[in-house]
Amino acid sequence: MSKLKGFKWKYYINYAVVFVVGLILTLMSFTVGLEQSTIYLLEKMLIAIILAVSLNLVVGFLGELSLGHAGFMCVGAYLGGKISLILADKLGTGPLSLIISLTVGGLCAAICGVIIGLPALRLKGDYLAIVTLGFGEIVKSIFQNTSKESFGGALGLDTPRYDKYTLFIFGFALVLLTLAVVQNLMRSKHGRAITSIRDNEIAARATGINVTKYKLMAFTVSAFFAGIAGVLYSFSNFKVNSYTFGYNYSIEILVMVVLGGIGSINGSIISAALITFLNTKLATILTGDKAVLQNLFYAVILIIIVIYNNSPALKGFREKYDLKKMFSRVVKHNDPSVIRDDQGKWARIPTKIPMDEILSTDVQPNQSTLKPDKSKEDK
Amino acid sequence: MDFITTLINGLSIGGIYAMIALGYTMVYGIAKMLNFAHGDIIMVGGYTIYVFLNMTGHPAIAIITAIIFCLILGVTIEKVAYKPLRGASPLAVLITAIGVSYLLQSLAQIIFGSAPKMVTIFNFGTKNIGGLRIQISTIVTLIATIIVMIALSLFVKFTKMGRAMIATSEDKDATQLMGINVNGVITVTFAIGSSLAAIAGLFYLMKSPSLTNTLGSMPGIKAFTAAVIGGIGSIPGAMLGGFLLGIVECISYSIPVIAPYTDAIEFLILIVILLVRPTGILGKKRREKV
Amino acid sequence: MSQYVLETNNLGISFGGLKAAQDVNIKIKKNQIYGLVGPNGAGKTTIFNMLTGVYQPTTGTFYLCGEELKGKSQETINHKGIARTFQNIRLFNNMSVIRNVMVGLSNLPEYKCGFFTSILRLPKHFKVEKQMRKKAKEILEIFDLLEERNNLSCNLPYGKQRKLEIARALATNPKLLLLDEPAAGMNPNETEDLMKTIRLIRDKFDMTILLIEHDMKFVSGLCDEITVLNFGTVLVQGETNKALNDPEVIRAYIGG
Repeated sequence: MSKLKGFKWKYYINYAVVFVVGLILTLMSFTVGLEQSTIYLLEKMLIAIILAVSLNLVVGFLGELSLGHAGFMCVGAYLGGKISLILADKLGTGPLSLIISLTVGGLCAAICGVIIGLPALRLKGDYLAIVTLGFGEIVKSIFQNTSKESFGGALGLDTPRYDKYTLFIFGFALVLLTLAVVQNLMRSKHGRAITSIRDNEIAARATGINVTKYKLMAFTVSAFFAGIAGVLYSFSNFKVNSYTFGYNYSIEILVMVVLGGIGSINGSIISAALITFLNTKLATILTGDKAVLQNLFYAVILIIIVIYNNSPALKGFREKYDLKKMFSRVVKHNDPSVIRDDQGKWARIPTKIPMDEILSTDVQPNQSTLKPDKSKEDK
Repeated sequence: MDFITTLINGLSIGGIYAMIALGYTMVYGIAKMLNFAHGDIIMVGGYTIYVFLNMTGHPAIAIITAIIFCLILGVTIEKVAYKPLRGASPLAVLITAIGVSYLLQSLAQIIFGSAPKMVTIFNFGTKNIGGLRIQISTIVTLIATIIVMIALSLFVKFTKMGRAMIATSEDKDATQLMGINVNGVITVTFAIGSSLAAIAGLFYLMKSPSLTNTLGSMPGIKAFTAAVIGGIGSIPGAMLGGFLLGIVECISYSIPVIAPYTDAIEFLILIVILLVRPTGILGKKRREKV
Repeated sequence: MSQYVLETNNLGISFGGLKAAQDVNIKIKKNQIYGLVGPNGAGKTTIFNMLTGVYQPTTGTFYLCGEELKGKSQETINHKGIARTFQNIRLFNNMSVIRNVMVGLSNLPEYKCGFFTSILRLPKHFKVEKQMRKKAKEILEIFDLLEERNNLSCNLPYGKQRKLEIARALATNPKLLLLDEPAAGMNPNETEDLMKTIRLIRDKFDMTILLIEHDMKFVSGLCDEITVLNFGTVLVQGETNKALNDPEVIRAYIGG
């Protein structure tokens, strides 16, 4: 196979889109100039994308429910913010200080990821979910009660804001980094091992997969990027306050992942950007008394989308109006080695023939009179 | 002496947690879903009591209306939001439950505003027993919780519906094949859980009379923690977990040094217990068949 | 080096008071196809679970090529050289056929590739991936699954799923292959086909195979030696046709 043929465009399309959007916005900010509110919204969207993609690693690919993602972010935000405060005197708030803070915040969150990954080796499903939720609350509570000198205590930590016009460029770079690491990981033997644990842990063990190692790996990488998102948050805001990082925030990230499609990285990117955008827009449109309507809309949309996407009763409807399928009918697959059309047929092949079906073939009167040869053929 | 007061307070908070945890544990045991909206039913119960207390002035009417309203609400939520998702991935159901939780909170905020409402119901006052000043409401909460638990245990053990519940929690498909209406069982479970939440709302208001639209969320999470500590799916487990968590909370509050870390300590206990016993204190250990 | 690939020594396990298996002594020579036969609940799968580390034996021990493996974890036992299939098929359902096999390959020393090598996409990563893909295709070819390699494994028909499970087990390069009811749910043609495949595996991979099966035609046509179990104890052991005609065995199966 030639090199060009082996190159899979669909693997790289999301990098390209993020890169192009980032480039256009960067150029715009230098030439036309972007409004500050737009830049702030952009930063929020980028943070949300990093969070959603990294959470998808645990929820979508490892198959464990984590409700403590905001906890990792909290660790990153506080520690990264603190480092940047210390560095502010010597290095200022330039790129160097940002990079050091990002590394420290990410690594500290990753260490927390290892710590929370350890119970994950013994627990599963909802039990693990409540442990991660508990972890998030513990982290929140610890930072809330620190002394004013160390981490600001209940009032929060005042952080030096990075240059407000260029932070989003770093944000785009970090999104690309997150995508690169998560996608490279998933498209390697390590990623296959992680998904095999999700699909069947018992079989994965029997196939020689070191379940301990790979669970910790998924949790650690996921936590690292949550920490990075936290540092970015601390640079984008003037203040880091632990109240922000409660379980509600973790759930918000989870909602992004689920709405985007569990296990779909592109879905996470789109839904994270879209939900953040909608939330901010709703907040600006619905002011004053109407502000409460925002949560109502959000809740109703959430319920409807989840039921529509997941209800077994609506399966036929969904398949009929599936956008992806409609699209794939237009764009034909030319690669003969990819047997996509067969998938549907295989799915319909019953593993066991129901007994009454066999019995009724001969009994049905009109069929045997009309086509007598056919029934003989069947035998 | 102080310690005993703390302990009794802990038991009464624990009673509230246990009451909510019962709802969580039953729904989890039977429908195998985390009903995140359960905590918000408490809040709805609180608001219903507030409305009817102002309308009629009779606490008894208010309470009964609240129980009935929450029961209907719980069943409606189950039918509208969760039933279409039966058989779908647990994560989808969880997200829907979160959506319902947001929905109830925002509806309450739209109707009643965000300012806290003060509700005074059954001000029994305090009483001196052997030198201890104890709030009567504490005792009432404690006794009521124990009665509810005994009644529920008897219901599950000795009635046809109760046995159907046990069967459903063991194996839903097999139960259905035995001719039991599993949907009906789940509806009854939600009805019981939601009416217990209304009662919990009443006790919560007796303890702290300020009523807001997020009143239910923290007790909801704590109660869920309690249910997991005790072993989710087990009725005595929910009670045990609830009381344990309540006592820990009160003891922790009474010691100034660790008081701010109370929430952290409670969750830490959860993590430690789950690490020692991965299915909770009274949870059944299930071996996955290979 | 022991002359036996697998040697169990008074292997036994009890769950509470129930003795699911006791005093099982099996000796399997290299290149043998060995059968484990017995009525339902005789403890056949339990023995498999002990041999693969799912359960820890309460008494006795077992050796693979002379090396004691009792008390080792499931992963370690697999790395040492015992691979298995399951009675109820356990594939990685949401992964394609070829990826299922590649998971099996991923622990072999020749495909070693560290975390950072993969993340940074160093040349070694591509080399290893290419080699793994090639090897996986070779294995799939043997099992006649090459055409379906990009399908999701859950979409395969039943017989092919069974084959894929064997292919995945083989990919871990074991010394001993455990097959738990490989012919269950297959029609006579598929069973015939499977017998050929198993013989092929033995010859081509120089494999030793221990299998559980209820289909006596299958067992007598394939196995060199068998052990018949009943209620967790060994009933008869020895050369296949002789053991199957033992009156004790007939009584255990047919009753009376």
